[in-house]
Amino acid sequence: MSSDNILLDVKNLKKYFPVRKGVLRRVVAHVKAVDDIDMYIKEGETLGLVGESGCGKTTTGRTILRLIEPTAGEVRFRSKKLAGQGEEYKEVDVATASRKTLKALRRDMQVIFQDPYSSLNPRMTVGAIVGEPLLVHRVAKGRERENRVRELLAAVGLKPDHMKRYPHEFSGGQRQRIGVARALALDPQLIIADEPVSALDVSIQAQVLNMLEDLQEEFGLTYLFIAHDLSVVKHISDRVAVMYLGKIVELCKTEELFTNPKHPYTEALMSAVPVPDPDYNVERILLEGDVPSPVNPPSGCYFHPRCRYAKDTCKTEAPVYRDLGNEHFVCCHFADSLSLRPVRTG
Amino acid sequence: MPLIEVRDLKTYFYTEDGVVRAVDGVDFTIEPEKTLGVVGESGCGKTVAALSVMGLIQIPPGKIETGEILYHRDGKVTELTGLNPKGREYRSIRGNEIAMIFQEPMTSLNPVYTIGNQIMEAIILHQHLKKKEARKKAIEMLHAVGIPVPEQRVDEYPHQLSGGMRQRAMIAMALSCNPSLLIADEPTTALDVTIEAQVLDLMNGLRENFNTAIQFITHDLGVIAQMADDVVIMYLGKIVESATASEIFHNTKHPYTQGLMNSIPSLATTKKERLIPIKGVVPDPFEVPEGCGFEPRCPQAMEICKTKIPPLKEVASCHLAACWLYE
Repeated sequence: MSSDNILLDVKNLKKYFPVRKGVLRRVVAHVKAVDDIDMYIKEGETLGLVGESGCGKTTTGRTILRLIEPTAGEVRFRSKKLAGQGEEYKEVDVATASRKTLKALRRDMQVIFQDPYSSLNPRMTVGAIVGEPLLVHRVAKGRERENRVRELLAAVGLKPDHMKRYPHEFSGGQRQRIGVARALALDPQLIIADEPVSALDVSIQAQVLNMLEDLQEEFGLTYLFIAHDLSVVKHISDRVAVMYLGKIVELCKTEELFTNPKHPYTEALMSAVPVPDPDYNVERILLEGDVPSPVNPPSGCYFHPRCRYAKDTCKTEAPVYRDLGNEHFVCCHFADSLSLRPVRTG
Repeated sequence: MPLIEVRDLKTYFYTEDGVVRAVDGVDFTIEPEKTLGVVGESGCGKTVAALSVMGLIQIPPGKIETGEILYHRDGKVTELTGLNPKGREYRSIRGNEIAMIFQEPMTSLNPVYTIGNQIMEAIILHQHLKKKEARKKAIEMLHAVGIPVPEQRVDEYPHQLSGGMRQRAMIAMALSCNPSLLIADEPTTALDVTIEAQVLDLMNGLRENFNTAIQFITHDLGVIAQMADDVVIMYLGKIVESATASEIFHNTKHPYTQGLMNSIPSLATTKKERLIPIKGVVPDPFEVPEGCGFEPRCPQAMEICKTKIPPLKEVASCHLAACWLYE
């Protein structure tokens, strides 16, 4: 692993939400939404983050941005805008940054939300929405701001005269474009896209995915792409992290993940995706039961009650998240010995 | 003999802003014990077509303008649109012989009744069983859909179950009267893939055990490939293509269907390919194009497409498409 182009380095990140009960609102337990995760994102790449609902992917994204305060851990980010003279970048720990630093950091780290309906203020015009970051961060005002908004709208494939309209006048795909334009307004380095296409119809989804790829190339963006749809993640990501119950169970290059999975959960997840081919008759691996509650996770390996390869060790000992070589990280006792089924290719 | 024959069905909605032709002249048939997949994007009329069969269109603003829905049973034919949707005969069919499961199991189950009570309601109403027997039957059904410890679950409320469990409870309710047709409206869209795989597997198994025909509505072509025998593709209230599942996937005819197939990223390809989206958006329901509804977005549109609506006709054996390309 070459450390010189790592934009974001997340170490031992944890977010526990307290569960309070009784008259005294005493803390009786914790929801371990993000439970000790490690990952890094290199400059210019797309890291996909997949998992089922409730596995902590959104919390991970928000904790990295510090929209939610982390319980523990480090989020080291190489900010260009904070760099002093002669420096290429300045490394900041987002998790402990002061309010002032954090505000400056917001210019470098932006977010696109899942629901294009609730993430845009219905009382603001598109021009005001997209231009607001410019005002807040005192980047541009007046005529200059207006011109910048025009540029941004053009970049995401909307027309300049859309500025005067309100969000309800747009379709879902167009609204998602508005959200992307807002995220781009401050010329960020990193964009955390939280399920940006899951609320869209397939034909529109493809348009937005293509746009995100074009923008990445044009502006040299780095994405953390959070989604539950494996085929979308496979399409857009350079590397993929698979989450289960607050932990990353596997992280490696996209092609490696789909041709040589090392974690039984990854195998089951890939096998469950419906293949658009009626003649595809390979038997699916059906996981039994539901995702356990993160308040009271199983002992040992969190996945063992649903794992078809589980042995006695899995019930008592938690596996260590380790590198199998070639940047293939996995969290399973038997990752070396299992031979798992890759996704069908061809 | 088919189970359901829908002929030239038109369901319109009269709103303050104008008329929405949600279903605009649709023909399809459902064979007994087969699964018909209905595919389309949001707003294409797939749900309204299903609700028309169920007699659940709210009148007004909705109205079944023309068309017939022929329901064949025991050698008799019943024309469903001719029945009073609130009348005795329709009520004896709905939920009993034709049942439906909905997309969002949380909003379609009543939160203040136990799931057992909700399943028993249909059984007591349609099968005239005593309460005790109905409860036994409800437990039996919960067992059949793979809910663990059904004796205990039967007394739980919907909020105590997970999403996958709720959808199973919905399926148990729908199948409790052994219907000849089960209409499933996006039954797995709200579920995670691993749970979706469980539910789809369950539905395929139940179809064999209960000999039920299924009308499966979804926007997911992957799910269709796994579930359907026959497929109809809908766009703007019309059927644009209709064939067996393997014909639809291997011998795609209509440019809209081709567009849909090209816009889904594939898990199978190894190299990174650019997606080919369908340009533009689905037209506003109040401003439907004069000719073919897909013409403004179609990469192969011709002059004739702008003015004349293409008829749905046979383009290969057992394969219908509505497109001027095959004229």
